[in-house]
Amino acid sequence: MTRRLLDSRNLSILVILALFLSMFAAGSVAFTNFFSLQNLLNLFIDNAYLLILAVGMTFVIISGGIDLSVGSMLGLATMISASLVEKSHLNPLLVILIVLLNGTVLGFLMGCLIQFFDLPPFIITLAGLYLGRGLCYIVSIDTIAISDTFFESAAHTQIKIIGDAFLSPSAVIALVVVALGAYVLHFTRFGRTVYAVGGNEQSALLMGLPVARTKIAIYALSGFCSALAGVVFTFYTLSGYALDGKGMELDAIATVVIGGTLLTGGVGSAFGTVLGVLVYGTIQVLIVFQGTLNSWWTRIVIGFLVFVFCVLQRVFEARKGATVVRRASPGPVATAGGG
Amino acid sequence: MPSLRPMTRGKLVWPLAALGCLLLFNFFFTPNFFHMEVKGGHLYGNLIDILKNAAPIMLLAIGLTLVIATHGIDISVGSVVAISAGVVAILLGGDLAGQPRYPMAVAIGAALLVSTAAGVWNGMLVARIGMQPIIATMILFVAGRGIAMVFTNAMVIWLYVKPFAILGQGYLLGLPFSLYVVAALLLLTALVTRRTAIGLFIEAVGINPTAARFSGINAGNVLLAVYTFSGFCAGVSGLIVCSTVMSADGNNAGNLFELDAILAVVLGGTSLNGGKFYLLGSMIGALIIQTLTTTIYAFNVAPEISQVVKALVVYAVSLLQSEKFRARVAAVFASRRVAA
Repeated sequence: MTRRLLDSRNLSILVILALFLSMFAAGSVAFTNFFSLQNLLNLFIDNAYLLILAVGMTFVIISGGIDLSVGSMLGLATMISASLVEKSHLNPLLVILIVLLNGTVLGFLMGCLIQFFDLPPFIITLAGLYLGRGLCYIVSIDTIAISDTFFESAAHTQIKIIGDAFLSPSAVIALVVVALGAYVLHFTRFGRTVYAVGGNEQSALLMGLPVARTKIAIYALSGFCSALAGVVFTFYTLSGYALDGKGMELDAIATVVIGGTLLTGGVGSAFGTVLGVLVYGTIQVLIVFQGTLNSWWTRIVIGFLVFVFCVLQRVFEARKGATVVRRASPGPVATAGGG
Repeated sequence: MPSLRPMTRGKLVWPLAALGCLLLFNFFFTPNFFHMEVKGGHLYGNLIDILKNAAPIMLLAIGLTLVIATHGIDISVGSVVAISAGVVAILLGGDLAGQPRYPMAVAIGAALLVSTAAGVWNGMLVARIGMQPIIATMILFVAGRGIAMVFTNAMVIWLYVKPFAILGQGYLLGLPFSLYVVAALLLLTALVTRRTAIGLFIEAVGINPTAARFSGINAGNVLLAVYTFSGFCAGVSGLIVCSTVMSADGNNAGNLFELDAILAVVLGGTSLNGGKFYLLGSMIGALIIQTLTTTIYAFNVAPEISQVVKALVVYAVSLLQSEKFRARVAAVFASRRVAA
């Protein structure tokens, strides 16, 4: 049974990998200058912030929750960084520390509300969305441009990989976050508990797993990731603007879903999420290369992909349900119990 | 069952009390808040403005109340508002002389048809494919705004067709015309859900879909119907939004409306866990949100900051609805009484 489950999970990763490769191949055939290492690396450079958001979101969704506040928390992070660096002239590294701490604490508080008072994550993080946006405007209504040398060098530095191909510091940060996220999710007790909580919270509780601590930590982690994504976004735009990251929570959720993570919780992977972000980025690049299509087509295509992947997930689930009595994600729970 | 009556009435007390507190606050601290005057046969004043500005959210909240009663959610309504506004604007055309490209009835009919179709799409995903409502409606939430932008070619379309302005700006018997639209839709919905068994079916599906199915209710059809209706309501709301500003902006029309509308429903006493629903409560919820916004305007605070207040209100309301929280508060009081 574990074998079957593993197969279907690998299958959804394979589908998304095939989709990404075929889209990249189609682009390479259709457009000159599309096929290059730099164009591939650009996907990471241009979507670094989304990658970081999506890693945090992967934890939340695997645990069976949702975090709608990430977009506005990203906006808040850009506003606080810009304001503290430009108006208060604090040391940039100290500013980044403050921003990260702020994001983590806000996430932690939302996690506490969700856990201790049994409130729906949807509503609590929705209020978090309002709160983050409102706090942005309290910091400043206007855009704050950043001229600090540290931020500027972070924005313009090119880290050479092979030949002339390069990554930006933001992309490197994103890749480190992905690596750490994947390690924590797949190789630590905390990660296993995340799967167990998402599979069936009641059984996780009965098994003696630290459900409360884990759930709160997940939202704190997501808050941390959105703050970090905000810092990276500031590197990208060199400004703070109260509407930064508008609607990004749904981009993050969409990429996580496309990456094969089930919204019912208990199933998913960090690698799938990376592929989801790459597919998202490739669609945008294809539309730019195509030239005549309106950039809003990205949203339509993403909506369509979410639809296709949700239907596929339903088909998998239906097949699983037909052969075995539905149990709470046996694979990960079993391992967590053994470890 | 007479014993149920005071309970339903009791539910409306809280939102009414909240609205009352807000109004009382304004009575003491905001000069001229209750000032009303008649200009050219129309009523003007803060209270009328609140009612008028709340109309689009009230319309959305009618549809959402039924959706939430089935333990569902529809986050696509804001995008459907943008689509509806886009369709009607394109069909009326941006002709400077105010000459509509197609007759107004055709344009309005088409906009409502498209939004109802959007509702059917959501309903099919939830009822037939069995997706989680938040995900099913997220598809249109993401894609819907894109569709609206593609329709309008990513441009703001300005309208000069005078008769169309009546919907959002016109007056009838001294009151804003949009209020009559809200009242008509509310009355119709209340009649259909309370005078027929449909309301009961909706609540049954929300409380326990399996039990509802066993008692012979076709849960799938009920779900399909409420999502379709929610799409229709969003369509009407889009028409009003478009008519109020006489333009369609695919990017901003209906932005964050879904959140306000959900908040209105929750404030009105309908639980997100489905079951009993309160249409009138949702209307009061929408008025609370609008009064809050107007109050904040009156104090010359940037309107955007009202979002912080909104967030705090949501936290407070959710805590009040949480059984664990109430149990804890009750425990504190009980221990105090023992100590005394």
